[in-house]
Amino acid sequence: MTDLAFLPWHRRLAWLLLALVLLLAIVGPWLWPDPARQDLMQFLASPSLAEPLGRDQLGRSVMARVASATRLSLGLAALCVLSAALLGSLLGVLSAWRGGLTDTLLRGVADGVLALPGLLIVLIFSAMAKGGFLTLYLGLALAQWVEYFRMTRARSRLVLASPHVEASRLLGFGPLYIVRRHLWPELSPMLLTMASFGMATAILALSTLGYVGVGLQPPAAELGLMMTEALPHYSEAPRLVLAPVAVLALTLAALVLLRPLEVTR
Amino acid sequence: MAALTQHGLARVLGQRLLQALVVSLLVATLCFVLVQQLPGDMAFRIAAGRYGYDYVDAAAAEAVRQELGLARPAWQQFAGWLQQLGQGQLGQSLVTGGAVLDEVRHHLGATLQLAAASVVLALGLGLPLGLASGLRPGGWADRLTLLWSVVLRTLPPFLLGLMLMLGLSVQLGWVPAAGHGDSGNLLLPALTLGLGLSGLTARIVRDSVLAVVQSDYYRFALTKGLSPWRAFWRHGLRNIGVTVVAYAGVQLILLIEGVVVVESLFAWPGVGHALVHAVFWRDVPMIQGCTLLLAWLFVLLNTLTDLLCLAIDPRGPAEP
Repeated sequence: MTDLAFLPWHRRLAWLLLALVLLLAIVGPWLWPDPARQDLMQFLASPSLAEPLGRDQLGRSVMARVASATRLSLGLAALCVLSAALLGSLLGVLSAWRGGLTDTLLRGVADGVLALPGLLIVLIFSAMAKGGFLTLYLGLALAQWVEYFRMTRARSRLVLASPHVEASRLLGFGPLYIVRRHLWPELSPMLLTMASFGMATAILALSTLGYVGVGLQPPAAELGLMMTEALPHYSEAPRLVLAPVAVLALTLAALVLLRPLEVTR
Repeated sequence: MAALTQHGLARVLGQRLLQALVVSLLVATLCFVLVQQLPGDMAFRIAAGRYGYDYVDAAAAEAVRQELGLARPAWQQFAGWLQQLGQGQLGQSLVTGGAVLDEVRHHLGATLQLAAASVVLALGLGLPLGLASGLRPGGWADRLTLLWSVVLRTLPPFLLGLMLMLGLSVQLGWVPAAGHGDSGNLLLPALTLGLGLSGLTARIVRDSVLAVVQSDYYRFALTKGLSPWRAFWRHGLRNIGVTVVAYAGVQLILLIEGVVVVESLFAWPGVGHALVHAVFWRDVPMIQGCTLLLAWLFVLLNTLTDLLCLAIDPRGPAEP
């Protein structure tokens, strides 16, 4: 973080946005504790000092709901990306290392998964247990591991065939050393870039499912679900729809801007 | 256009056919797990579907269990499941009772209409803007498309659709918010998907135009005295085309996912809308049918992209 001043402007903006969203996710639920507590007397109450975003159609604190939804989205997305990256890169290295039948089989599976748009996989999983946190997590992680597998495999093959690795092998170093000293430094920057993209995809998929009504189910505070629930009250209180929209757009903007802007070729 | 080489043609078709098979197997497996996962006794539910809930008892459920072999071990049932799929039987919808094949065929037209309209819109916006940005890197068009593509990536289809719906139909009242049948109904969904795809299309076109214009052979063509228009026609167009078509293929995934989201958002009666409904009601045969259809559509579009690439550049893609 010390070299923040040297980053191009969009990176600085991205870090700032990300810090704000993280602050909301970490401090928010602590300041506005219960997202489910109703107070029907305060139906659609206007914003006040204690409740900066007012209350929703059931008298729940919008701030508490937004904060809890942000924490949920970020947490679930981070979990998915970690699992997918771990699974994908391990299989990728394995595939590149072993070659032969292992490689052929893994590539076959990967090609199949790749032909199935991620959202469809997540949809099938979400049908298994509607509103289940675990199935959503599994679906999202399974939809994403292929990307990590493909990239890791392609890069590892190049590295493993290089003279450096050959030299290390001839000197008698074991697989652990080769992974740590040769593969990891080559793979880690790529994995980080992919992880920020994966976070955005996971957050987006979660809120999309919530929005169309097959993701997490009503009492839960979730960004997409909040928009659907607030839509009938749009004319009286547009802020109910706009608050989750703004949080989602800013989070995605932060994650997109974190990467180099150009389309990589 | 150069003739397709037979070797290249066979390779592309073989690869994609294999992919279609693997993906079908994957969807079937997931749906089979889904069925096994559902709470409640399957034999009882099927019996209830046949005779009505009031007339079902344990004996009827047992009869169904024997008849359909539901007591068999899971792998035998799975084999039966795959065999059914292999014979082209997709079963019947648990909600409407109609054959899945008919239901899905009914929805496919609406989906194709929406997809075609949005692709035309995306190309209509993306091609000229991308061309303008690539020919003048750093100019106003370039900066505009960069900003546009970043904004669009932070506005996923359903947010963009929501904004358009609130803006154009709730606030201004120009077009109907959702539905199907009137001519105005196609506008909002197609606009949402088309705008969403146009940003990336413009950037891809821009990058490939820039790469060609800065290449040695293009400069040489200009140096030897060809007019800019002739150089572009003879040396630029085809080389730009390959990259654009190849990357358009990668972006097809956005189209398929977008179709699912946008259809549900605007109540457009296509396959994606049907899929989300089926997930909501846990209508497994319908889920399987819709997913298979969308996956096959995706593979088919990818095959067409591959063939188009091969037709433009008969050398085929560089081996990784």
